[in-house]
Parts: sequence; structure tokens; C-alpha cells
Amino acid sequence: MTNKLAVPGPSGDLTTDTTTAGRGKRPRPPFGVSVVSIIAVLIALFSLVPLAYVVFMTASTGWDTAMALIFRPRVGELLLNTVLLTVVTVPLCLVLGVGGAWLVERTSLVGRKWWAVLLAAPLAIPAFVNSYAWVSAVPSLGGLWSGVLIATLSYFPLVYIPAAATLSRLDPAIEQSAASLGLGAWRAFFRVVLPQLRIAMTGGGLLVALHLLAEYGAFAMIRFDTFTTAIMVQYQSTFNGTAGNMLASVLVFLCLILLLVEVRSRGSARYARIGSGAQARALRLPLHAYQLPAQLSLIALTGLAFGLPLTFVLRWIVAGGPEIWAAEEFMPALLQTLAYGLAAAVATTVVAFPMAYLAVRRPGWFSKSLELSNYITSSMPGIVVGLAFVTVSIRMVPSMYQTSALLIAAYVLLFLPRALVNIRSGLSQAPKELDEAAQVLGKPPLLAFLRVTLRLTAPAAAGGAALVFLGIVNELTATLLLSPNGTRTLATEFWSKSSEIDYAGAAPYALLMILISAPMTYLLFQQSKKVAGQ
Amino acid sequence: MKIRTNALAGIALAATAALGLAACGSGSSATAGSSAAANGSSAGEITVYNAQHESLTKEWIDAFTAETGIKVTVRQGDDTEMSNQIVQEGQASPADVFLTENSPAMAQVENAGLFADVDKATVDQVPAEFRPSTNKWTGIAARSTVLVYDKNKISADKLPKSMLDLANPEWKGKWAASPSGADFQAIVSALLELKGEAATEAWLKGMKENSKPYKGNSTAMKAVNAGEVDSALIYHYYYYGDQAKTGENSNNVTPFYFKNQDPGAFVSISGGGVLKSSKNAAAAQSFLKFITGKKGQEVLQKGTSFEYAVGSDVPSNDKLVPLKELQAPTVDPAKLNSAKVTELMTQAGLL
Repeated sequence: MTNKLAVPGPSGDLTTDTTTAGRGKRPRPPFGVSVVSIIAVLIALFSLVPLAYVVFMTASTGWDTAMALIFRPRVGELLLNTVLLTVVTVPLCLVLGVGGAWLVERTSLVGRKWWAVLLAAPLAIPAFVNSYAWVSAVPSLGGLWSGVLIATLSYFPLVYIPAAATLSRLDPAIEQSAASLGLGAWRAFFRVVLPQLRIAMTGGGLLVALHLLAEYGAFAMIRFDTFTTAIMVQYQSTFNGTAGNMLASVLVFLCLILLLVEVRSRGSARYARIGSGAQARALRLPLHAYQLPAQLSLIALTGLAFGLPLTFVLRWIVAGGPEIWAAEEFMPALLQTLAYGLAAAVATTVVAFPMAYLAVRRPGWFSKSLELSNYITSSMPGIVVGLAFVTVSIRMVPSMYQTSALLIAAYVLLFLPRALVNIRSGLSQAPKELDEAAQVLGKPPLLAFLRVTLRLTAPAAAGGAALVFLGIVNELTATLLLSPNGTRTLATEFWSKSSEIDYAGAAPYALLMILISAPMTYLLFQQSKKVAGQ
Repeated sequence: MKIRTNALAGIALAATAALGLAACGSGSSATAGSSAAANGSSAGEITVYNAQHESLTKEWIDAFTAETGIKVTVRQGDDTEMSNQIVQEGQASPADVFLTENSPAMAQVENAGLFADVDKATVDQVPAEFRPSTNKWTGIAARSTVLVYDKNKISADKLPKSMLDLANPEWKGKWAASPSGADFQAIVSALLELKGEAATEAWLKGMKENSKPYKGNSTAMKAVNAGEVDSALIYHYYYYGDQAKTGENSNNVTPFYFKNQDPGAFVSISGGGVLKSSKNAAAAQSFLKFITGKKGQEVLQKGTSFEYAVGSDVPSNDKLVPLKELQAPTVDPAKLNSAKVTELMTQAGLL
């Protein structure tokens, strides 16, 4: 990747109105971009393996069998469950996530520094640990509303974190203009602030929805059946049987619909600030009489999402006594979890970068379809990715079968969107004019990119890596399928114990997962706060 | 600068990864984290695909390794998940030994022609009733079907005469099961073998109407104990295992055995077999011999599994109702058809 060829002149975009930039007058992509494109295409092709698997399996099933397995009452039940869950939970997460972010970043909330961290904290509690704690508290939990409860409490930080990060770095000048034009605080929020949160909200909302479609453990524990739990049931009975594959194809279809919705609502506006001068600090809205209700609702939210699960995990730890701490059992699981988490977080971030770069800097059908291909992959449950990898590696690449490399590759595909969403929003906040200025000043493009854009994007990338790490620590289904023989992670050990209702025995694993996740959640939170360039 | 170094390393990694992907099958990865591939076994190692309870197999392995020095690596899974997996792996399967909770998965691997003959010394340790006539695999333990119920909700005279009664309208909403589990599917496979496809289909239809599905037998029993449902069709040892511990999930339930050669009196044989493709067949055979031998069966008698012992004349745990008194129907384990069962249960909307 030594590229000393093109030193492009000032691109047309530099001086044009941002809304009309691009189309028709873009210069030939420099060599570096072509290389990035090729890498991105290779990654995208690789990431399509699971989809290709589902499509191939569906096609090779034969029309009649496929129809009989797809159009049956059971699929109707699952469809209803899955759709209701998504339609109710995603808006709840958006309201809680954006509301929390707004309180913390834009109001005179007392103790906002603490609240800012506490609202991200539920991310350190894996959804299936949350479920386990709630089932311990209320054993009769089951069905749709329990699913909504646990999913909302587990996933609203996926909206909160990007929303808070975006809010903290929005240029208040636009709001001030709005205020000077006569808009009150509420109307300014809805007409000026909220539209600027669009990327954070659509990205976060999509992540939540994808989690809902892919979650297994949390719903299995409360007997709420979605497509993913049903596929897992089929898997446990048939490995990669036809009925399971057909359910997967319906699930993939649902994901495609979600992706369409997200792409439609993302829009094409640009949010980077350009021009001279520094960005002012945002003004905070005094809460006055709303201070107490705000405090109480945040206490309730974090209490249910973080306090309750932590309390019940600790309660089981106490009830289990010293005999649940068998070091020869949990130490290997702990070390393997850490090793896989770190390796795959680094790999995922690296793989996400070319995609995000193309999406932000070279938007168009090409980059959009590349990105989409990854979303499609990631929207599939870990079990489908696992099955595809198991089958493909058995048949075509036996040397990869049951290796840690294969498991890491699966993690990369599964968690790519987490890295992508973050890096993309980081890149979109890093004005490319700075990069171009560095090139005009004589830096080769690669160096200019490294010195300017990469540094500005680093906080967002670190945030993405932390999210990926979190995801891996909590990943269950793909790990069950793909881990090398003898490999156990905290998540699989926890699941195996809690499935046998050995809740006390499962508690140390739950606690360890929370303890590992906590610093990463904090890091993620910290990085997301750092304004690029400061 | 720290960030730049990271970035350069990152780009190098990306390039390597991309190259790796392009080559698609070089077999190694720049990002491989910890352990190497566990494919292939050296002289003193075997890999066990274990669908039995993890804790039971661990007791066996610990004792076996202590005695022979042979290291055992475990892959944990479910019966028919792993049998299908082994079939797909074919000759390349890393598994040396396959252990299950129930027979249908063993029958599937046997039908695919992947099992080696069980050593005669092992066969001789297990009575004929606990192994298939082909001797491609052997029974290693046994478990009985049982209905656990809440005495306060169901009086003894209202108990069903047969498991088939549970499909009748008066049992609507009154019983639980774990249809996704291999255990329950083995019971259905026995029903299929004993009563035929039409009767099984009708019963499953009634079950879809009447039963509450739970994930796992222990969860189903816990639900009966907590008063969420009146009864649950499970295997016997969940009850005895919990009683031996604290009883917190079983103190309010009573076990009821159907007996009378009823399909509900089905005794399921857990199987063990050595794969033909095993690279360490001698060690694999010795493991199978060990678990069906005196020491292995005493793990069943004295341990916490509460499964029935089947080999080497070792008696079962004395807390259990003796196997002979259960009046189980005679079923040839080699004939149990797991694929048909999943198909029928999928049709009935249970899977």
C-alpha cells in the first residue's frame, strides 16, 4: 500500500453546497481508494457466505418442501411474536436512549456525570444474564411482555451511547440560530436537535432490532419463542436440518426488510462542521421542577436494568458459597473468553474500516451495497452463521473446521455492524476537507489519511472495538457451534449451568462476564465522549 | 505516536486478512487467538462428542484419565445435533467416541455406517437388553419416563392410565414437557415404534393443544414445583437428583410411573460408540470399556446422576425404583427413528 501516485487537486466538494456535493463531478478515485475498494469487496464476499448458505439450502430444498415448511401455523406464531417484539421494543429503546442522552447532555440534571455512565452500564449485563436474574426475581415470567421488558432494559444503551456521543459534539450554533428565530426549547429539540441525531437513532435502532432477531438465551429462558429460538430448537434436533434452514430464510427476509427501513430513514445529509473558529459549548436547559421526576425515572430505569440483575447475581453467589468457585473450571473459560474477545475485536475493527470509509467518503450504490451485505450477514443469528461456517468448512475447507480462526471469523462477521456504525459516525464527523488540506500541503494521501482522518476517527473506532468485545464476551450460539473441541467460554459455561437450573453454579460466570464487560463499557463510554480532535 | 502505530499494524492486519480470505483456505490466520486446531489425536488423547450430561461424563473422564493417563477432550452438545454433525463430518470427524442420552442418535450414526464394532470385552459387560443386536454401539446407562405431578392439583385416582391419555381434552393445559429436548423426542420415537405413525401423529396433535412447552426437563419440573403447571412428562433422574441436593425444585412434586408396558413406561438407553474414523481406536475402545465396566458403572450407582446402571452387574442407586419393576415396553433401540420424529413434531408445530 505504498502510494505516491495521485495527489489530487482540490476536489469540487470543497466549495460546493454540501447538499448537492458529489454526483457527476467526482474525480477519478485515487489508487488508495481502489485498494480499499478491493479489500472491501473481498470482505463483503466473505461475509456473504452465511447468506449464500441459506439461499443455497433453501433453493436445494425444492419448492414443495420449502413451501410446506415456510407456510405453516408454527411459522405464523413465530412471525407474530418476532414482529410484535420488534415493533414494541425498538421505539421504547429509542425513547429511553435519546431521552436519557438528552437529560445527561443537554439539561441541568444533577449528578449528570454519574448518570452518563450509569445509563451505559446495562450494556455490561448480557441479555441472558438479565433474563436469568429476572427469572430468579419473578419465576413466572414468560411470553411477549416479559420479552419486551428484558430486551428493552438490555438494549436501550445501544441507542443511548451513540445519541449521547452525537449530542455532546453537536454544534450549538444551529440551535442558537433556531432560538434566535423564535423556537422554544422543545420545538428546537424536535426540529433542530433530533434531526441531527438521525444517524445515531437509525443506527442504534437497527442494532436493537437486529439483536432482537438474533437473541437466543434471554428469550429461551423466559419461554418466549422467536425465529432464532425456534431455529436453535431445530438445530438441537437436526443439526442443519431443512426445517431450521427454512426458518432461517424467513428470518433473513425479515432482516432485509429492517435494513431497507434503516437505509430509507438514514438520509444523505452531512453533519460535519466546516468553517473557521471553534465550536461553542452547548447550553444546558435548566430542569427546575422537573429535576425530581427526572432523577426518579433515571433511578427506576437503571435500577431495573442494572441494579436488579446485579443484585440477583450477587444473591446467587452468596447462596452458592465457596464451592461454586472451582478455579480449574472457570479459569480456562475466563482466559479463553478474554483471548477471543481481544483478537476478534481488533480483527473486526480493522475489517470494518474500509467499509466505513467507502460508505462515508465514497457514498453511492457500490459502498451502500457493500455495507448492506455486511448488515445482512450480521442480522443473521449466530446460529446461522455458525451452521454456514460449520458446513462450508467441513465440505470445502476442512483445515479450518473447528479452529479458533474460524470462530474469530464468525465473530468478525457477527459484530461488524457494531464497529461499522461507530466508525461510520466517527468518519462522518471528520471533515474530509482536513484530509485534503493535508494533501495539498504535500503529505502523501496515505500519510494524510493516517495523520488526520484516522486520528479523528480513533475514538469512534475504539468505541466500536469495545462494543465488539462486549458482544463476544456475551456471544453464545455461534460459540457453541464453532468453538474448537474442549473450548469453553464464560457464556457457554453459564448457559450450560443455568439450563440445568443450577443457578448458583452459573452465578460466577455471570459475575465474571459482568466484570469483564464493565471496564469495556466504561472505555466505550469515555471514547464516545471524546470530541474528535480535542 | 501510539495511534499511528496501531493504525499501521491494523492496516497490515487487514491486508493479511484480505490475503487470507482471497487464498481462502490457507488453513491459518493472522488473527488466531488461543488454542490450535484440536483435529487429530496423538497417542494419549481422544475426543469425545458428548450429549450426555456434562457432569456425569466429567466424572467418567476424571476417573478414566486418572487410571490410564489418556487425555480426553470433550465437545458438548445434544443427541441428534451431534449425530447429524458426525454424519456430516463423515470420515473427517475429529470425534473418537460418541456418547448420548438416548438411542435414536446412536441409531442414526450406525445407519450412516460410521461406527466401528464395539470390542468384545465391552459387549460382554453389557446384557443384551441394553445394547443393539448389531453391537455397533452399546448401552452405557438408562433412564425411565416419568410423570411428575403436583399432589395438590391432581389426586392419585385422576392420574392417567396411559401416556396416550395426555392427548385427551381433559388434560388441556395440565401438563408440561420439553419437546425440543432429545429426551422427549426419544419418548416419541418409542411411541412411534410401538404404536405406529398415525397414532403418533394424533397424539402429537393433542399434545400441541394440551401441553405447555418448556426448555429442558429440569425447567419443566421446576414449573410443576412452583405451581405453574400441574404435571410434567420427563425422565426420572431429574427428580432424584434434585431431591439429593436441596429439593428446592422438586419438594412439591411426586413421580408417577406408567408401568404396564405403556409407551409412557419407556426406558431409554443412553449409548456409547467408537467412530470408525477414530485415529486412536484403541484408546477410544478402552474408554468405552471403562464406562461400561465396574468403575464406570459405579459412578452411576454412587454419583449424582441417578441414571440406571446397565453393565458389569453393578446395581443402580438404591434410591431408585428398580428397573425390573418399571414394566417397560420392549423396544429395539436400533429401530428408533429420530428423523421421522422431528419431522412429525415439526408438522405438529411443536418444533
